[in-house]
Order: sequence, then structure tokens, then C-alpha cells
Amino acid sequence: MESMNHGLGVDIAFLLLATLAVVTGWRVFRTDSMVRASFFLLVSFIAVGVIMILLAAEYLGVAMFFMMAVEMTVMALFMVMFMMNPAGLNPMNMVHQERIAIGAGVAGFLVLGAMALLATFPDQPVPAGLDPVRSLGNEMLGDSMLIFESAGLVLLTTMIGVVVLSSHRGRYGAAAEGSMPPGLEPGGDPAGKPEEDEAGEGGHHHHHHHH
Amino acid sequence: MTLTTLLLLAAALIGIGIYGALSQQSFVMLMMGLELILNGVMLAAVAFWAFSGAGAPEGQLLTIIVMAVMAIEMAMGFALVVAVFRGKQADMTESLTGLKH
Repeated sequence: MESMNHGLGVDIAFLLLATLAVVTGWRVFRTDSMVRASFFLLVSFIAVGVIMILLAAEYLGVAMFFMMAVEMTVMALFMVMFMMNPAGLNPMNMVHQERIAIGAGVAGFLVLGAMALLATFPDQPVPAGLDPVRSLGNEMLGDSMLIFESAGLVLLTTMIGVVVLSSHRGRYGAAAEGSMPPGLEPGGDPAGKPEEDEAGEGGHHHHHHHH
Repeated sequence: MTLTTLLLLAAALIGIGIYGALSQQSFVMLMMGLELILNGVMLAAVAFWAFSGAGAPEGQLLTIIVMAVMAIEMAMGFALVVAVFRGKQADMTESLTGLKH
């Protein structure tokens, strides 16, 4: 399948980037720090973006850089805000059903890899004179405009849904009202309870407003 | 860099992503697994476009759509994490038993 005429340099670059993408992708689930995990994922995405540029899909590759840089920064912020171990100060391996998961991952790789190796795909490379960015632009604002615009509309819907889901005030009152944090140990006292609640134990003689 | 090697790389990324999505207990780590799966899907789409699609622009468009799906997945996932955290102070899948039968 030597249809695309590229030099040895491209092959070497691809090999390095492919290794980088897989190794950092794997390290995402093998690092103690959740912030570091999100940056490993970013490196994996950037490696794939560079491979896309090697494949002459410049627009997609560069779009990948921008999108993933922002997404992973947001993700790192979320790690710091919500997660128990963002800095990786303690060893961490929070997994469940790990054997099934490894089996499913390996099975997925083997099935897809077998398809890559055994199936024959048509050998129709990008024509020499084609400008990929121009052709994509013509498609998005031409024949496939409805699809493109639908994607935009779905993104708008997502924004509204996200605001509704994450807002403090639900339609029926404060979102956190009546919620009880789980115990630090099974069946133990709720964690992170405000101090005044503990003082008022034994009687419900005063109510506190949630802030 | 052939179609086969690119698809093998995509398969590896998807495999790691499946492992992550199934094994991680933390919501955000689980989402990272999903992201890795979509990463492989996008790479496979671009590889097919470059080697088998004769430059059909729909191949690139498919990748754009997957990117939009990824953005939606991230945004909704984060919103759900915020909602769950507010309600239960939980950041682990095990803490949610509401829909268990």
C-alpha cells in the first residue's frame, strides 16, 4: 500500500508519534495524579493530531490541538476541584472489575487489529491536486451544510442542558437540598457535614439555609 | 505509515480506552477512557479518508462530527459530575445506587 509517496522521515515520525500516543494513552490510567492523567491524555491527542497533519488533514489536526488543549485544561481544573487525589501525593489505583476490563480492552484491540490486518480496503489515496482544507470547507458549507448546522444546534442544546444540570437552583428548589454526604467509612457519620448541623443533633429545632 | 499501521494504532487506542472506561471508578477517569476511544475512532476515520476514500470530503466531515460528539460527551459528563457531586458529595461510580435494581 505504498500509494502515498512520502519519505522515510514521515515513517519515522509516524512511528515515534504512534508510540507516544499509545504510551501516554496507557499512562493515563497508570499515574497517581489525576491532573497528570489529563495531561497525558492531552499528549496522546496531540500525537494523533500530528499524525493527522502527516496525513494531509491539516485542518483536522490543528482543530484537534486547539480543542484538546482547552478540553484537557478544563479537565485538569475539574480534577483539582472535585477529585480526591489531583496532585498524586498518595498512590492511587481506583479500579473495579479490572480483569473484565483488561479482557474487553484486549479483545477490542485484537478484533479491530485483525480487521486492520486481514480485511482488504480499497486503495484510493487522496488525489494529488486536492486541497483538503478547501474541499472540507466546500463540503461543510455546501452539500453537508444541514449536518454541520445540526451539529451546531446539538451543541447549543448541550449548553442549555449543561447549565440546567449544573445550576444550584433546580426547578423544585435548591439542588443540594436534603442530600446526605456518604460516610467516611461504611455506615459511619456523613463526611463534610457543616459544623452547625452537628451542634443541632438530637432535635430539629433550627433549620439552616444552604449556601 | 500505511493504512494497516494507522488502523492498528487506532485499535490500540480504542483498546486502552475500553479498558479505562470499564475499569475506572472515578467519573472523570471513566470519561478519559471514552475520550481515548473517540481518539482512535477519529484517527481511523482520517486514515480511511487518506488511503481509501479517494479524498471524499465526507471523510473529514465525519471526523468533525466525532469531535462534536466528544465535546458534547465532555460537557454533559462534567455537568453530571457537578450535579452528582452536589447531591451526594460523590466522585466514584460505586457511590451511586439510585438506579440499581
